[in-house]
Amino acid sequence: MAANAVSVASRPLQAAGFNVDTVRADFPILTEQVHGKPLVYLDSANTSQKPVSVLQAMDHYYRHANANIHRATHLLSERATALYEGSRAKAAMFLNAPDPHTIVLTKGTTDGLNLVAQSYGRSTLKAGDEILLTWLEHHSNIVPWQMVAEQTGAVIKVVPINDAGELDLDQYAALLSSRTKILAVGHVSNALGTINPIKAMIAQAHAAGAVVVVDGAQAVPHLVVDVQDLDCDFYVLSSHKMFGPTGTGVLYGRASLLEAMPPYQGGGDMIASVTFEKTLYNQVPYKFEAGTPNMAGVVGLGAAIDYLAGIDREAALAHEDAVLDYATTQVRQIPGSRIVGEAGHKTGVLSFVLEGVHPHDAGTILDQQGVAVRTGQHCAQPVMDRFGIPATIRASLGIYNTREDIDALVRGLHKVRELFI
Amino acid sequence: MSELTDLYQEVILDHNRRPHNFRVIDGATTQEGYNPLCGDRLTLYVAMAGGVIKDLAFQGSGCAISKASASLMTDALKGKTADEARALFDQFHAMITSDHAGPTADLGKLSVLAGVREFPARIKCASLAWHTMKAAVAHHSDAPVSTE
Repeated sequence: MAANAVSVASRPLQAAGFNVDTVRADFPILTEQVHGKPLVYLDSANTSQKPVSVLQAMDHYYRHANANIHRATHLLSERATALYEGSRAKAAMFLNAPDPHTIVLTKGTTDGLNLVAQSYGRSTLKAGDEILLTWLEHHSNIVPWQMVAEQTGAVIKVVPINDAGELDLDQYAALLSSRTKILAVGHVSNALGTINPIKAMIAQAHAAGAVVVVDGAQAVPHLVVDVQDLDCDFYVLSSHKMFGPTGTGVLYGRASLLEAMPPYQGGGDMIASVTFEKTLYNQVPYKFEAGTPNMAGVVGLGAAIDYLAGIDREAALAHEDAVLDYATTQVRQIPGSRIVGEAGHKTGVLSFVLEGVHPHDAGTILDQQGVAVRTGQHCAQPVMDRFGIPATIRASLGIYNTREDIDALVRGLHKVRELFI
Repeated sequence: MSELTDLYQEVILDHNRRPHNFRVIDGATTQEGYNPLCGDRLTLYVAMAGGVIKDLAFQGSGCAISKASASLMTDALKGKTADEARALFDQFHAMITSDHAGPTADLGKLSVLAGVREFPARIKCASLAWHTMKAAVAHHSDAPVSTE
């Protein structure tokens, strides 16, 4: 990542290595008190916290550059356009996309997946074609495909998982056929943290003639992603899970596919000319960006990418993995605990249940002690059904979490047991 | 932690461990209640005769608050008319949603759930059984009742 690092305005590039205290100091919210206790934030898979450089970039945008992009001759519009397109270029670098024009700026992962389903899927799928999903997908990577299947007569197939929460790759190979037109797969499972072997899966899908859509929402905060190395056709992500603001995201698409795809939504900025007889669409990627976008959000996304570029990602991942291993060991020692999802390759997520305690009750008691986790089904009902449980407690990590955060979680869980058992 | 012990009073924890009327009533009207985000799910069985709730029971899985609330409700409503049940629904709802901690007269054992009002995220748990009951008594619906 350091090789193509972009300039970081408010924070010097770090030398190799990773200092979690330095990182924590970048996130103002981490000093917050909740219910009179120091905040222990273990809900980053839900949404991550934001470094001060992201907040400053958005504030600076509104104070010094705010104007509509691509359409005015005045200086502020030039500044706004340069910042907006600058973020597109940063996103291309972040994913190692071949060209900024392969980057569509979206509202987020859900928007990106709907765009691919409704534009690529709806224009190419025919009755009897198959869309292959996996049992690990969250609702955003299920429902858009069900909608386009209903519209086109395509059929949904699902790759099963084993008891560890890993994809059954034999079944995957068996499900692939010449009928498979699209594989839509998460890079990392939001509910269990499983890292799927997507590079090999993409090669297999391509051999069968399918196009591959990767949902990278849970991967990009942890893993360095190279879309050319993966050779995926589409890769989607959300800014807000990778330390940027809400309401913006990225869709990378293979240039030849984007060129051939019809527009997703109609409106301003996505057109070249409009008459009542005939409208000519703008070029890629602008034909997919109708209307005035979330400009400040996109600027914030650019700052989040800068932030990550200033971090030794490999060292950061090693730190996160160590915290996850520690959390797994500690939670496993709590009587009556059961880890849900024990894949060999995981990142960022520890899902578990406590015997005799509903996750929702545990969540309330943990919150009273300052510990923020998510409880419920994590927008992944099929995963919960697969394990025969209504919900889990999910502690999820960001680069700023420490062993002390895990100690606070474990103390909280003992408190839960005191009350309930 | 005092608010926490208000929420998780011993009575509530007891009803969670050993819910009352946790059974099926054959031939009764059934109504499902389901909060998909947190996963609380219950099936309510209501046996009415002559406008009176003769028997009331439930099955399902959920958090302590939703289970205790369902358990306490089934105790409280047996022998009540549909109108009385609806009136009690209104009083119960007012108790768990009111902004100020005033006395909670007349609600008897149901008062142990008053602490829920300090936990806005949990009101939907305490009210699921009650909304499900209201739907069952008014007219059965095929769609599950939800308070999310």
